[in-house]
Amino acid sequence: MTSALAVLEQRDGTLRKISHEVVTAAQRLGGTVEALVCASGPVQGADQLGKFGADKIVTLTNPVFGRYAPEGYAQAIAERAKSGGYDIVVIAASATGKDLAPRIAAKLAVGVAADVTDIAADAGAIVVTRPVYAGKALLRVKVKGRPAVLSLRPNVFTPVERPKAGASETVAVSLPAGRVTVREIKAAPAGTLDVAEAQIIISGGRGLKEPANFKVLEELAQAFGGRAAVGASRAVVDAGWRAHADQVGQTGKTVSPSLYIAVGISGAIQHLAGMRTSKVIVAINKDKDAPIFKVADYGVVGDLFEVVPRLTEEIRKLHG
Amino acid sequence: MKIAVCIKRVPDSETRVKIAPDGKSLDEAGVKFVVNPYDEFAVEEALRRKEKAGAGEVVVLCLGPAAAQESIRTALAMGADRGVLLQTDKIPVDGFETAKLLAAELKTGTWDLILFGKMAIDDYSHQVGALVAEQLGLPCVTAVSHLDIDGTAGVAEREVEGGIEVVEFPLPAVITADKGLNEPRYPALKGIMAAKKKPLEVKPVQPGAGTMEVVALMPPPERKEGRIVGEGVGAVPELVRLLREEAKVL
Repeated sequence: MTSALAVLEQRDGTLRKISHEVVTAAQRLGGTVEALVCASGPVQGADQLGKFGADKIVTLTNPVFGRYAPEGYAQAIAERAKSGGYDIVVIAASATGKDLAPRIAAKLAVGVAADVTDIAADAGAIVVTRPVYAGKALLRVKVKGRPAVLSLRPNVFTPVERPKAGASETVAVSLPAGRVTVREIKAAPAGTLDVAEAQIIISGGRGLKEPANFKVLEELAQAFGGRAAVGASRAVVDAGWRAHADQVGQTGKTVSPSLYIAVGISGAIQHLAGMRTSKVIVAINKDKDAPIFKVADYGVVGDLFEVVPRLTEEIRKLHG
Repeated sequence: MKIAVCIKRVPDSETRVKIAPDGKSLDEAGVKFVVNPYDEFAVEEALRRKEKAGAGEVVVLCLGPAAAQESIRTALAMGADRGVLLQTDKIPVDGFETAKLLAAELKTGTWDLILFGKMAIDDYSHQVGALVAEQLGLPCVTAVSHLDIDGTAGVAEREVEGGIEVVEFPLPAVITADKGLNEPRYPALKGIMAAKKKPLEVKPVQPGAGTMEVVALMPPPERKEGRIVGEGVGAVPELVRLLREEAKVL
């Protein structure tokens, strides 16, 4: 029987939604799941984790844990991981998780199997699958370290409700002051959703012609009512039209939303690599021979400045 | 200012991936290799920091095969002072082993800053910088897109979901670079000529086995062939119907 430690994330005292994916993934090998979150006090939403399969929910508290404290989190979690005898430690490959996972792993003297999209047991060994070359290939790796430290690609492990006891425990931890401190988080404009976590992404490329024209994509995103983010191809990011945070592709973000709408993007191989694991892909492009149509489930050949506003209108009707 | 930059030689992002006959690795025939793009931001940042300080040294460290000397020469052509290649044909799949070798080499010097790219675009592991920092006991900030240093006090910005985290740290430190940190320079002809004469030390290394073993490298599942719904605005109602009724994503 395996035991898993699911390391979760909170922001401003509220559990981040991605935590449900982590708890779900932690059950892939069967056995028990202990959910762990660092915070400065009670975490809103933690009591819901039993529903998603956590046997136990542990909150490690420290006055500096309100914000991400890289060194403090790593030390507190690694100590718990060492004493608990877990087979696997799983954490979201979010911005915070990507920073935290190797810090925890180093203290356990192992590497991280990063950005994992599948976890399986094979004759007692843990075997994970992870995209490499930005998803142009999948690498299957046997992880022999105990515990195995895995970070999980967001949007891959669909949360499943599987009620367990969900007993809760709070442990105050004392730590030396960290050297690296998060002074503040400058929030992005309200309502902007990160492409790495959005369920729906509408990406624009050079076909938009100029930066101001991204407004048509933003309007479509808004029509989806807060579930959609606007992404961008490398060409328009390099041209300075959009922030690099929005870039999808091999030198940007690799994304797996339910719906990816590529607008005015021809589909360079490095872009396709970043979005080909999307569940459904729609392409809107005036060039019927554009490579993007080869990976798109549904294509519309036409002028995006006519097609997109019409699509926005239809989506508004659905949500109206 | 003494700065070490760790770089990796990776297949160019335009590479079409072909699996080698062993079923576990990339078929390198015809593949163009480049300096990992995120590492270029790290090299550029090191050069700017040294230029600003008016004195110092930028040392480029790379773990890789003999051919990785070319990657080091590229960084030297940009302006780095000298290079060290930890030469092995077996790049560990376990980042911990890579980090051990880099950390051991870094321990032979003293550094104000150690820079990495936030991840390599081949294995996507985004961990070696932080692993090295832990092994050296140094503070670390990853995926930095803006950096200010005043004496031994640093302030870095890193992108998180829905915002920018502003992080304070003391030097010496390990920083991993994200896109946006700077605009890397292209090596000028003069730099390329000068790079040929700069010192490049080659040290053979034997990576440990680590705790990870490659089972297979596989092509991603083929996407089911899609279809053109239609042309122009007239196709939109049908597209919406398909997204609702067939794909069930609306």
